[in-house]
Amino acid sequence: MPSMTLLGQSLVSGVLLGGLYGLVALGLSLSWGLLRLVNLAHFALAFLGAYLVYHLGTVWHLSPWWAALLIAPLFFAFGVLQHAVFLYFRVTELTSLLATFGISVIIESALQWIWTADFRRFETHYASTSLKLGPIYVPVVELAACVAAAALAWATWAWLRWTYVGKALRAAAEDPEIAVAFGINRRGLAFLLSGVCAAYAGVAGAFIALISTLAPSQIWTWLGVVFAVVIIGRLGNPLGALAAGVLIGAAESLAMATFSPAWAPVVSFSVLIVLLLWQPDWS
Amino acid sequence: MTGRRKLSGIGAAGGVGLLALLPLAGLPAFYDSFLYIIFYWISLATSWAILSGFAGYFSFGHAAFFGAGMYTTATLSVKFGVPFLVTLPIAAAVAAALAVGIGAVVFRLKQLRGELFALLTLAVSFVVATIILNTGIDGGAGVLTSSVAVPHLMPSPSGTIYLLGLLMCAGTLAITYVIAHSRLGLGLFAIHDDEDVAEVKGIPTFRYKLTAFALSAAIAGAVGGVHAIYVGFLTVSETFGIAVPLYVVLMSVLGGARHWLGPAVGAAIIAASLYAFTSGDQAMIGRGFVAFLLVVAILILPEGIVPSLQRWWARLRTRAATPPAVSEAPGVVAVTGNEKASGKVASLHPQTRAILEIRDVHKSFGGLQALRGVTLDVREGEILGLVGPNGSGKTTLINVITGHFPLTSGSLLLDGTAIGDLPAHGIAGRGIARTYQIPRPFAHLTVLDNVALAAAFGAAELSRAASLVEARRWLDFTGLRAKETMLPADLNLHERKFLELARALSASPRLLLLDEVLSGLNPAEIDRAIGLIREIRAQGTTIVFVEHLMRAVVELSDRIAVLNEGALFALGEPAAVMRDPRVVSIYLGKAYAA
Repeated sequence: MPSMTLLGQSLVSGVLLGGLYGLVALGLSLSWGLLRLVNLAHFALAFLGAYLVYHLGTVWHLSPWWAALLIAPLFFAFGVLQHAVFLYFRVTELTSLLATFGISVIIESALQWIWTADFRRFETHYASTSLKLGPIYVPVVELAACVAAAALAWATWAWLRWTYVGKALRAAAEDPEIAVAFGINRRGLAFLLSGVCAAYAGVAGAFIALISTLAPSQIWTWLGVVFAVVIIGRLGNPLGALAAGVLIGAAESLAMATFSPAWAPVVSFSVLIVLLLWQPDWS
Repeated sequence: MTGRRKLSGIGAAGGVGLLALLPLAGLPAFYDSFLYIIFYWISLATSWAILSGFAGYFSFGHAAFFGAGMYTTATLSVKFGVPFLVTLPIAAAVAAALAVGIGAVVFRLKQLRGELFALLTLAVSFVVATIILNTGIDGGAGVLTSSVAVPHLMPSPSGTIYLLGLLMCAGTLAITYVIAHSRLGLGLFAIHDDEDVAEVKGIPTFRYKLTAFALSAAIAGAVGGVHAIYVGFLTVSETFGIAVPLYVVLMSVLGGARHWLGPAVGAAIIAASLYAFTSGDQAMIGRGFVAFLLVVAILILPEGIVPSLQRWWARLRTRAATPPAVSEAPGVVAVTGNEKASGKVASLHPQTRAILEIRDVHKSFGGLQALRGVTLDVREGEILGLVGPNGSGKTTLINVITGHFPLTSGSLLLDGTAIGDLPAHGIAGRGIARTYQIPRPFAHLTVLDNVALAAAFGAAELSRAASLVEARRWLDFTGLRAKETMLPADLNLHERKFLELARALSASPRLLLLDEVLSGLNPAEIDRAIGLIREIRAQGTTIVFVEHLMRAVVELSDRIAVLNEGALFALGEPAAVMRDPRVVSIYLGKAYAA
């Protein structure tokens, strides 16, 4: 049995990493739940964002926070454009999965062409700074990612719940035809949401650049765990995505500390399988 | 037709034979390897499509079965010295067993369709991968298989692997062709379009899905077994990576996942272009370019290359041929024969025995009690009108009788035999058929196939040829014969309603449940439909008839049963029941009842 300090430390790391899972899952969950589009390209877009932050930071010495602010509107435009194409070709839930897989491979190839397949690490002076709470270290950057994830998730939740636009989006997801009959501009809303999801990918990318090592092939390593988070958190539910991210992150991290790091993937996927089979009604 | 088929069969066998001789031609080993990779992807993509393309259960876990086969062959041949060829059937069996295990749980759950099934299978493949990685099977170091002795079927080992790949590929295509043209295939296509309706039309959906899953996995396992030797060195990350599940999906969808040849065409295109770009500096650009082509293909041809070409070819041919004769104008066509039945009509009115006995049937959904103790006999040969306000439980009763919803309590007896616990397809097989209020045709099957399918899986269990004859008979009857090659989407509402009717009738039902067949029809169409229903009864079919249109109910019914709030409220002769003030009051409110 590992010591309490080790367990506490891995719990904290897991929760913080889980926040990042939630942040990546947020945009995916929204587009799947509210637009019925499974956007695999979300991962590729997040890594494109990470590479841009890395490039702006190392080559032009731009702070990652400014870089993120610069990237977000660009990605918003990309999301709108992608949605325009999908709308034109009447992409369905299934074909969206395939088309966005293709987009992911295109982005992956572009990343590899520009930045090569080598591992890259964005070095900043605060990357290794940690707060110390008793015996437990809390890395600053990961704490910031978790806080940003919580803030975005909460803001999105409030937006969907309380504003007219949010209610219209939920209504359009529930029954598109009736919503349109009641005067909801579904197309306009879909463009907006698609842009927002892509912008979230950019924000998530900035934190990925700060926290993890970058390689183009890493796009695929996030796929399984983030999909598990999206499903467990229920489609289109921002707070659910965050909570599920934290849950999975903590469970993985504790499993790594108590058994062996190699068994970690089993945790998230077993949780996913159990939840899919059991289907608790908690929405 | 059969002559042409035999000829193409001989052609295919000859082609395979010629390809099999290729390693003897003394070409550089590159050709063996290149062609092997193409065969390998064709087999994998085609095997994936048996469940996922035909039945629409998209799996992202094909790597689990492929990988199970790879590691079975590797483990048996390296650690236990089992001869390579012997390991292949074992690899197939292990993969099939894994699929049956998963399917036996998953296929029972209605909520696990669509994307959720895809994710579940993805998760299963990651779990299998982690288990193999962390146990003695791999242990993280990988397994070296290059020392495994390969039988000398060909002069060189690479030639032997090529031959095995070719045989796998030809076998897979042959199996898939046979499935696509069999009852199993027809059932899987119907499951793809509407699984609930498929079950009610008599298709044993659970068994068919499980069979398709097992076959699909077995082929993937055997292909994996051969590939284990081809690669020479197995690692978990390569075997269970995202490449296999994603490529098989893309290849199948690109070529057309619902067609037996579609995945093979897609696989050949993608595998060849990937191979062309694997080496040199163009690798990344090439991959990006392939991906771009893929996006374009999916956006422009969402159905896939083969079905799109087929449609284009069919359109070209119909334009060349003379337009089909529409002389068989829609209208009630006299039904031949069956004088015995029409003679029976007169004697039907008096008491006959009960064909269906409904005994204290309850059905609740959570806290909502939709049926609270309905007891009712349906007599042989009668038309029973089932009426009641909206929400009174009429459609629920039909759904319970056909087995679409299981009973909460009570019993159902058809000819004295309990059918309450049978699955829906079993009830359909005993001669109960229904129509849907809102027509639910199989969207990707032609009008003819929609009806023929019901004949093939209905009470008579007809062969393919006999089911087509039966289907055409009912298309004549409902006036849809001229539209038999169309897809349901090309029909208007009243034609779709008549298609529902034809589909129910071709199952040769003894008891026919009609759920608001008249709603939405105009007066002329209603008169025609009433005429059709009379004729159906004249042929000896018992009819239960849910309807809001009182004119038709009174005109057609021998007896009327009134349901209210999930219970039987009144039962008797039409005129008497409709005059009953209590019946009037539940329909129109108390004020009218006086």
